[in-house]
Amino acid sequence: MAFLALEGLTKRFGPYLAVDGLELTVGQGEFVSLLGPSGCGKTTTLQMIAGFVEPSAGRILLGGQDLAGVAPNRRGLGIVFQSYALFPHMTAAENVAFGLEMRRVPRAEREARVREALALVGLAGFEDRFPRRLSGGQQQRVALARALVIRPEILLLDEPLSNLDAKLREEMQIELRQIQRRLGTTTVLVTHDQGEAMALSDRIAVMNRGRIEQVAPPHEAYERPATPFVASFLGKTNLLAGLVRDGADGPVFVLDGFALPAHGAAPGPAIATVRPERIAFADAGAGLAGTVAARVFQGSHWMLSVETAAGTVLVIRQNTGAEMPREGAAVGLTWSPQDMAVRRAEP
Amino acid sequence: MIARRVVPWLLVGPALLLFVAVVLIPIAMTLLLSFHRWGQFTGIETVIVLDNWREVIEDPYFAEMFLRTFRIAVLVTVAAALIGAPEAYVLHRMRSPWKGIFLLIVLGPLLISVVARTLGWALLFGGETALVNIVLLRLGLVAEPVRFMFTETGVVIALTHVLVPFMVLAVWASLQRMDPRVDDAAVSLGAGRATVLWRIVLPQAIPGILGGAIIVFALAASAFATPAIIGGRRLKVASTLAYDEFLNTLNWPLGAAVAVLLLVALAAIIVAANRLVERRFAQVFE
Repeated sequence: MAFLALEGLTKRFGPYLAVDGLELTVGQGEFVSLLGPSGCGKTTTLQMIAGFVEPSAGRILLGGQDLAGVAPNRRGLGIVFQSYALFPHMTAAENVAFGLEMRRVPRAEREARVREALALVGLAGFEDRFPRRLSGGQQQRVALARALVIRPEILLLDEPLSNLDAKLREEMQIELRQIQRRLGTTTVLVTHDQGEAMALSDRIAVMNRGRIEQVAPPHEAYERPATPFVASFLGKTNLLAGLVRDGADGPVFVLDGFALPAHGAAPGPAIATVRPERIAFADAGAGLAGTVAARVFQGSHWMLSVETAAGTVLVIRQNTGAEMPREGAAVGLTWSPQDMAVRRAEP
Repeated sequence: MIARRVVPWLLVGPALLLFVAVVLIPIAMTLLLSFHRWGQFTGIETVIVLDNWREVIEDPYFAEMFLRTFRIAVLVTVAAALIGAPEAYVLHRMRSPWKGIFLLIVLGPLLISVVARTLGWALLFGGETALVNIVLLRLGLVAEPVRFMFTETGVVIALTHVLVPFMVLAVWASLQRMDPRVDDAAVSLGAGRATVLWRIVLPQAIPGILGGAIIVFALAASAFATPAIIGGRRLKVASTLAYDEFLNTLNWPLGAAVAVLLLVALAAIIVAANRLVERRFAQVFE
């Protein structure tokens, strides 16, 4: 059931097509991320939903109602901005209360809801602090409480965590997810951080050049990327150029003497996509031959860069305590055929 | 190590020397002068007496002058804020080629001498056939010609015109520092345009308005050319009073006392106002 629907949503800035015929539906209570590099149109899309930017074409439906002509202050959406955009001259409580004042909520109820909202984001006791006296993470929480206290039909998050340091960002991701689950608020997140999108979302819409390349649950988009762009943008990946030949048991993908079955692939030059964590070290003399150029220890895992005839291959191995090949060591690389996507090389 | 200590002094040296030579020493000399005695036939006697100070403080004539000076300064400050703050906001919201063009138009008058601009007002105000009165009469806003020359009204109008750009600059600077997303946030929470202006933009601009007010007040209270031309002899303020004591009465010590009193009063008011502003907004804006 589509709660929010974007139909053929388009935005032109002069000759530049920022958003190009976007189609997306978001279900009630769902958490959907718009993920893409900067300039892909994700923020413009969010601004069109919020009503700050007028679409050039297409419709935005909220609960079946067309939002065209509905002023941004009448849409009843909660927005958390990248810069938090707190009112600097108001205390945390006054910031949160603003939306309720605009809705003419009686004072007693207002105060109760403000306290409740600040408690929800873990800021009970910070009511009288001005934004300048709050840390980045605390400002972020106030911004979230301010957006949620009005019980918005949709919560829009515009890169809300990108100004926080890595550790805090992870904490906030978990917290944001818990709060969203508890309240069941339909949420649209805009982000360029694939980790954030994967950690938070029910579904990810990967955007590139104003278009959606794939909409899928995080693991599905990661495991079965619909396009090379999605494959390279979601996580790290290896692109290996080789050749598909007809073998005795069907087509095989051949790479410098190393061959793997490639079901359904057409013969000819091809590119195989393999995730670095799916590559294993083969027994001596087997697999794709290469030399370890660099290895980096990351605590939970190792990252190795292996020079092969097909180019540099990135390998990620879990740290199980086993010995890893050192720099300069000759190794063989292998992976199972189902971890590899093969498509024709474009001429 | 020595070079490190000497270089900064060498860098600030010329400015420091100039400051001492043309600001500190003359002020000290003026202060000293204000304690000397002056006689119609004896001229300046280099003695230390409190005669001038007693006269300035006790004679209601001087009290009236100072009261008028600060009344004019307050009115000009209020008028400049009422005109300049909205002007700065409109400028701030303009799009890019117009923004620059209109900022230049607003600040352009600063490039023209205050005397020239004030003489312009004198032409507009002067006499019953003056343009301002003709317009007011034609529009039916007044029944008979209004007197602008040699009145406080005229001085306030002309001074406001001269000083508004300083207010615009100060408010503009504070508006530039604002995050435009803050307005969007207020709108998304249900605020209309007027509410955003009143509850979000204005409170953030207040430090800029107060900063501009301090500048305008100081310049209005110490202004000379405009009150001299529009107010003339008939409507003296502290600065024209000091000028007359020096150059017409030739009572330099009394003029010096007036000048020093103006300086001290202004400094006290500005420092106090600044303190107040800083204390009030310290926790909000740093």
